[in-house]
Amino acid sequence: MKVELTWIDYLIMIIYFLFVLGIGWFLRKFMKNANAFLEAGRSMPAWVAGLAFISTNLGALEVMGMAGSGMKYGMLTTHFYWIGAIPAMIFLALFMMPFYYGSKARSVPEFLKLRYDEKTRGLNAILFAVMTILASGISMYALAILMENILGWDFNLSLWISALIVLGYTYLGGLSSAIYNEVLQFFIIAIGLLPLVFLSLKDVGGWVGLKEQLAPIATSHGFATDTFTTTWRYAGNAGANPLGVEWFGILFGLGFVLSFGYWCTNFLIVQRAFAAESKTAARKVPLIGALPKMFIPFLIIVPGIIAIVLFNDPAKGFTLPLDAGGKPIYDYTIIMLLKQYLPTGVLGLGITALLASFMSGMAGNVSAFNTVWTYDIYQSYMRPATQDEEADGKHYLKVGRYSTVVGIFLSIGAAYIASKFGNIMDFLQTIFSLINAPLFAVIFLGMFWKRTTGHAAFTGLLAGFLLALLHHGLTIPEGATTLIKGGWIAALHTYPVEMAQNFWTAIIAFTASTTITVGLTFMTKQKKSDTELYGLVYSLTPRELDDSHLPWYERPAGLAILVGVISIVLTIIFW
Amino acid sequence: MVDIRIPIGLMFSILGILISVFGLVTRSDTEMYQRSLGINVNLIMGVIMLIFGLGMLYFARRKKKV
Repeated sequence: MKVELTWIDYLIMIIYFLFVLGIGWFLRKFMKNANAFLEAGRSMPAWVAGLAFISTNLGALEVMGMAGSGMKYGMLTTHFYWIGAIPAMIFLALFMMPFYYGSKARSVPEFLKLRYDEKTRGLNAILFAVMTILASGISMYALAILMENILGWDFNLSLWISALIVLGYTYLGGLSSAIYNEVLQFFIIAIGLLPLVFLSLKDVGGWVGLKEQLAPIATSHGFATDTFTTTWRYAGNAGANPLGVEWFGILFGLGFVLSFGYWCTNFLIVQRAFAAESKTAARKVPLIGALPKMFIPFLIIVPGIIAIVLFNDPAKGFTLPLDAGGKPIYDYTIIMLLKQYLPTGVLGLGITALLASFMSGMAGNVSAFNTVWTYDIYQSYMRPATQDEEADGKHYLKVGRYSTVVGIFLSIGAAYIASKFGNIMDFLQTIFSLINAPLFAVIFLGMFWKRTTGHAAFTGLLAGFLLALLHHGLTIPEGATTLIKGGWIAALHTYPVEMAQNFWTAIIAFTASTTITVGLTFMTKQKKSDTELYGLVYSLTPRELDDSHLPWYERPAGLAILVGVISIVLTIIFW
Repeated sequence: MVDIRIPIGLMFSILGILISVFGLVTRSDTEMYQRSLGINVNLIMGVIMLIFGLGMLYFARRKKKV
C-alpha cells in the first residue's frame, strides 16, 4: 500500500517549501500596520486576487473529497461546480461586491455591524472564528493521516511541519503573503495533477473508452449505462442517479441555498476580493476565479471517475484502503491514483500539489481568522480604536500577528482532538456549517431591502441556525449508524442519502431565516437612517458604473457573460 | 509591492530544469516508466514547467519596462 518516494521527490517538495517561505520573508518589510497585514492594503490586482479566491477554496479536503465524489457519483459531481458554484460567483461579483467593497467593511461580520447592529456582528464573528479553527484543524488532521498511511510519514512530524510552514509565511507577510502563495499554489496544483489526468485517460482509452467501460458497471448498480458520464440526464428521479437527489434538490438546495451561502457570505473566500485594488477589480475577482473553477472538474473529478473503472478491473491492480467497516475510503482516491500512474519525479510534484492544496486552504482559514479576531472581537469588545491612527495601526498589527500564531496552535489542537474524537469534530463542523444559509438570507435582505432591521436580522440568523439544527436532530440518512449523521433528538424522517439531508437542512434554514427576518422587520422599527445606509443598500446607492471605457473582457458584466456562456456550454456537452 | 510572476517563474523554471534533466537521465529506465504507460512523463512535464516558468518571467520583465 505504501508509496516509495526517492530523493528527487523530496527535493521538489523542499524547493516548493523554500519558495513559499521566501515569499513571506520578502513581504515582511511591507507589513507596517494592521491594514497592510490583515487587508493586504487593498492593493491586489484583480487576476492575483481572483486566482487566490479559487485557490483558497481548492483546499486539501476539496481535492481529496471531490476526487472521491467523482468515484462515488461520477460526472454528477460537477453539479458542485457548474450549478453549485458558478451562478453564485456571478451573483457575488455583479450584485453583492459593490456593497461589500463599497462599504469599506474589513470583514463580513463588520459589514453586518454597518448594515445592522453590534449583536448581529458579534454572533456571526464568534461562530465564524470557531468554524475556521475547526475547518483548518480537520483538514490538517486529514492531511497528516493520509501522509502517514500512504507515505509512511510520522503523523506528528507532518502535522507540525505543514502547520509551521503556513505559520511562517502568514506570520511574516499576512494576507498579502497568503494571497501570493495561493496564486503559486494554484499553479502547482494544476500542473502537478495534469500528468495524472492525461495518463489515466490514456490508460482507459480516452473519454470514449471510459464511457464503454463504465456502461457495464453502471448497469450492475441498476443505473442506465451512461449514468456516470452525464450530469442532468438522470436527475429527474432521485433513485435513477448515484447522487440520490432529484433535480429540485440539486437546483434549489445545492445550486441556490448551499452555494450562495458558501460563495457569497463565507469571509474566508470573500476576503480575497476585499483585498482587490479597486471596486471594479473586486467585482472581477470572483469572475476571474470562476474561469479556472469551471475546468477543475477535469482535473480532479475525471480521474476519480476513471478510478471506478480501475477499481472494477482486477488486472489494473488498483485498490483503496478500507475503513473499519470494510468500506473503501474514497478520500484516498487521488493519492492512490498518483501512486498508480506517476513515476518518481512527477510523483513528488503530485504530492507537492496535495501539500499546496492543504496549505492554500489552511492559510485561507488562518488569515480570515486573524482578521475577524482582531477587528470584530478584539477591537470591538476588548480595546477600541483610539484617536491616534498610527499607534493603532501598529498595535493591531501586533495583535494580528499574535492571533495568527494563536490561530495556528488552536488548529493544531483541533487536529489532535480530531485524531482522538474524529466523529465529534465532524459533527461540530456540520453544525457550524449550518450558519451559512441563514447568513446569506440576512445579508441578501440587508443589501436589497432597506427596511430590514437589526433585531429582525439577528433573530432570523439565530432562528435559522437553530431550526437547521433541529432538522438535523430530527432526521437521519438511511443506514446511518451514528447519531453524528443526525437523528440525535428523534428520527422522525429518513432521507435516502446523506446529501439529500444536507440539502434539505440548508433549504429549511434559508427559508426559515428569510421568513422570520421579513416578518420581524414589519414588527420592528428601522433605527438606521437612509444616510447611514448609504452605500450598503441597493436602493440607496447611486449607480456608478464607470467601466464603459474598458474593453468588454475587462468589465465585470462582460466577464460574467463569458463565464455564464462557458458553463452553460459545458453543462449541455455533458448533459 | 512585488510582482508575483517573478517567484512563480523562478520556481517553475528551477523545477522544470530539475525534472526534465531527471527525465533525460532516467530515459532508458523502462521499469520505472512502466507505471506511466511507457511515457517519459518527467521529461514532458519538466519541459512544460520550464516553458511556463520562462513565460511568467518574460511577462514580468516585459511589464517592468513599460
